[in-house]
Amino acid sequence: MTAADTKSDTMTGAPIPRREAARLVAGKGHYTDDIDVAGLLHVAFLRSPYPHARIDRIDVAAAQDMPGVVAVLTAADLARVCAPWQTKLALLPSHVSPLQSPLADGEACWQGEAVVAVVAATRALAEDAAERVTIEWSELPAIPDMTSAAAPGAPPVNSAMANNLGLDHAITTGDPDAAFRDAAVVVEHDFSFDRQTGVTLEPRVILAEFDPRLGQLTVHHSHQVPHQMRDVFAAQLKLPLAKVRVVTPDVGGAFGLKIAAYPDEMAVAAIAVLLGRPVKFCADRLESFISDNHAREATVKGRMAVDAEGKLLAMDLSVVSGFGAYSAYPRGSVGEALQAVMMAAAPYRMKSLRGRVRGYFQNKPPSGVLRAVGQPIATTVTEQLLDLAAQKLNLDPAEIRRRNYIDAAAVAARSAGGVVLSELSLERCHDRLLKLMDYDALRRDQQSLRKAGVYRGVGLAAFIEQTAVGPQLYGPQNVRASAQETCRLTLEPDGSLTCASSITDQGQGTRTALTQIVADELGVDIDTVQITTGDTQSTPFGGGAWASRGAALGGEAALRAARRLKQSVLTIAASLLQAETSALRLSGGVISNTAGLPQMTIADIAATASFKAHLVPLGELPPLEITESFAPRELPYVAANGIQAAYVEVDPELGTIRVLGFWVVDDCGRVINPLLVDEQIRGGVVQGIGAALYEQCIYSTDGQLENGSLADYLVPMAGEMPDIFIAHMETPTSATTLGARGVGEAGTVGAAAALWTAVNDALAPFGAVMTVQPFTPERVLDRIALAGTPPHDL
Amino acid sequence: MTETIVFTLNGKPMMADVDCRLHLADFLRHTLKLTGTHVGCEHGVCGACNILVDGRSMRSCLMLAVQVDGAVIETIEGLTESGKIADLQSEFVARNALQCGYCTPGVLATATELLEQTAPTREEIRDALSGNYCRCTGYHAIVDAIEAVVKKRQAAP
Repeated sequence: MTAADTKSDTMTGAPIPRREAARLVAGKGHYTDDIDVAGLLHVAFLRSPYPHARIDRIDVAAAQDMPGVVAVLTAADLARVCAPWQTKLALLPSHVSPLQSPLADGEACWQGEAVVAVVAATRALAEDAAERVTIEWSELPAIPDMTSAAAPGAPPVNSAMANNLGLDHAITTGDPDAAFRDAAVVVEHDFSFDRQTGVTLEPRVILAEFDPRLGQLTVHHSHQVPHQMRDVFAAQLKLPLAKVRVVTPDVGGAFGLKIAAYPDEMAVAAIAVLLGRPVKFCADRLESFISDNHAREATVKGRMAVDAEGKLLAMDLSVVSGFGAYSAYPRGSVGEALQAVMMAAAPYRMKSLRGRVRGYFQNKPPSGVLRAVGQPIATTVTEQLLDLAAQKLNLDPAEIRRRNYIDAAAVAARSAGGVVLSELSLERCHDRLLKLMDYDALRRDQQSLRKAGVYRGVGLAAFIEQTAVGPQLYGPQNVRASAQETCRLTLEPDGSLTCASSITDQGQGTRTALTQIVADELGVDIDTVQITTGDTQSTPFGGGAWASRGAALGGEAALRAARRLKQSVLTIAASLLQAETSALRLSGGVISNTAGLPQMTIADIAATASFKAHLVPLGELPPLEITESFAPRELPYVAANGIQAAYVEVDPELGTIRVLGFWVVDDCGRVINPLLVDEQIRGGVVQGIGAALYEQCIYSTDGQLENGSLADYLVPMAGEMPDIFIAHMETPTSATTLGARGVGEAGTVGAAAALWTAVNDALAPFGAVMTVQPFTPERVLDRIALAGTPPHDL
Repeated sequence: MTETIVFTLNGKPMMADVDCRLHLADFLRHTLKLTGTHVGCEHGVCGACNILVDGRSMRSCLMLAVQVDGAVIETIEGLTESGKIADLQSEFVARNALQCGYCTPGVLATATELLEQTAPTREEIRDALSGNYCRCTGYHAIVDAIEAVVKKRQAAP
């Protein structure tokens, strides 16, 4: 029997299609905006047209008289039911974000901040009425960019703040000064990452209902973390936790964007409580661009020291990050900048690192979580500097990486930034990638095409991905974001299984992965396992979907619950059969004896235990509903690793870039379902390509978003994207029984970096190196012109 | 101001009084409760609202409901019920050519029209799909699924 044959006996590792998929392709999705409720009212927000202005007077009288209008509400109205909140991070006391309320109170601090809520019978009528609201404004100085926010004596972004500095943090590991002094080669480069936003195809949507008789708030919410939002709504609306239910139905993309508590969504919940009527808000695309959290805006000055053999000695990074007007609630906006330094050179042996991180508030939408938080920045800076060092040493980019991978195959290691690494497979991934892409052939093509005036580049990006993040991230910051996942597994009276999990699924397929794990561990047919997620009333408390944790942690909880339930089932079976538990096997729902003869089914056990328990000759009936929780408490997270490669062609006349091919070798430990894992990686890669080539929130110097429509903010389309070839190394983590690491962010962690190194490799004959992401044609042409050198042979 | 329209919806004759400013996607979703058609941008870019109008894939957010007077409309609900894209749908499921599923009905409308033409190449499939944004999948599996259907339909007698 081959390994593949063994695998086919089990669900885990098999490419099982998702059950939801059949429903979704039939148009039977059930997204928040698809939900209708009797007497439903609709909310339209009047948003600030100014990036910073004082609100002198609001006149809602004319709007209130418009047809269909039920209420026109301002900050003062909602303050009656909703307390203000403030983002605080216990370990970073200098990170002071002003108090926030659902609607701007006296001062608007970004273009797009909600100021007035109009509640009407339809959205169209609410929008009609919103046009009749009059606001008298006094414009205040606007600080949209990081440089002006940092300038001495700069006016504050919010009058409640003393200055705009929201974070100033420094780390030093080893002896960077000595390393730079003794280095054979020192390279340096400036990097700039434009502001992006997640552009979930389904915008943010919320439907809130309040039953005043019961004091019960029910929120249907297009969101990743229902248990967090239940906690937030209960706290701000002063309701007992037990009186708040949050349901996340089908969610049309989230990517970290739908992890925050948004002021306008808090307003909707507050309106439901205030009016005692069901209300819905669905962001339209134009308001999504100016009210969804943004991300990534950062500049990095990077230096790298390398010895004569190409061994990496040290890095020195100075990161400046843009927070927007408020620190995102409740997780803060500091992750991007901190990760940009902490994750530097994480895949490599490097003794010394100096990093300084500063973050500034700005009159722009708050920045928040976007898939892979800061890791793409760290990877880009590291990989690009490595290539520049290799160039100086006349080393092949693959070779310089091969010489530097950290050896964490057997023993645990720590990167210079403090990243905890263990059981990695960087060298094996590297070797597999070069074969997968036929690296040498691409290099030959590149050389011969250059002679014909065709400029192609090969780019590599090795990466570490933080996955399965545990309570050590937010716990010490006193942020109430659960890192624990829980599974409640029930043997129903008909012998079927119900698995209620605290994880949520926005299309990743985690629900399917969990049913595979339960079916395998228990020994039942997968079709007998039903899964429930995304409803705080019917699922146990836990984290939801964030930081590549669902399958790794939710899967571990499911596995542990299934093991214990199996023990209960076999104990009952053994007592009925007068056999030893250890002599029985449960497989395919059938309990067999040592001879392999079927004795009874799990349905028999369920029926007996449910209806004829008096027949079971045991003092106590073992539980047939098991709850197991899991969070990594020894480790902060489980690091996964991999490497990506891009092959691109740059047109030096037009400045355009074509991605010809893309390859990924990823090690997410045990692969539970390759269909799911491959699509997670591919989707993440395309978001990284989007970051490198297309996506940017373009702000005018006076703080207005200039490309806030989907026609003007470019996202990757099918025609521009390459085929993406994926291979896996499977190094199970010993941190869990399951052995799965996360994979949700892997693609995004490294893809932009692979584009940086590929494009700059293509531009090498011109002596040009890109500095600003995304690489628009104008920027490419500018760099070529600035380099001023006619193309030369390398 | 309302107008009376008469049209064919998923094979059945329909008559409705519609507000003149109501766009077709909202009419389908909110008036007729056909929520399989999704709204992603309401300015004709993302393709989540694509449906078939007289056999051509169209942005239902860029049409007013009054404009479908006399037209033949097929939404994902009708395409599913008729079974005419069952092969395409099962290929999407088998290859996991969707994640959140929000773009999927629009993608399927585009693919339905594309597959009625002569067998498109992989590049032509990518080109045809460029009016349908997907933020989750990376497109690769969607292209695979459509390509597989092209081949299967060609092989079919």
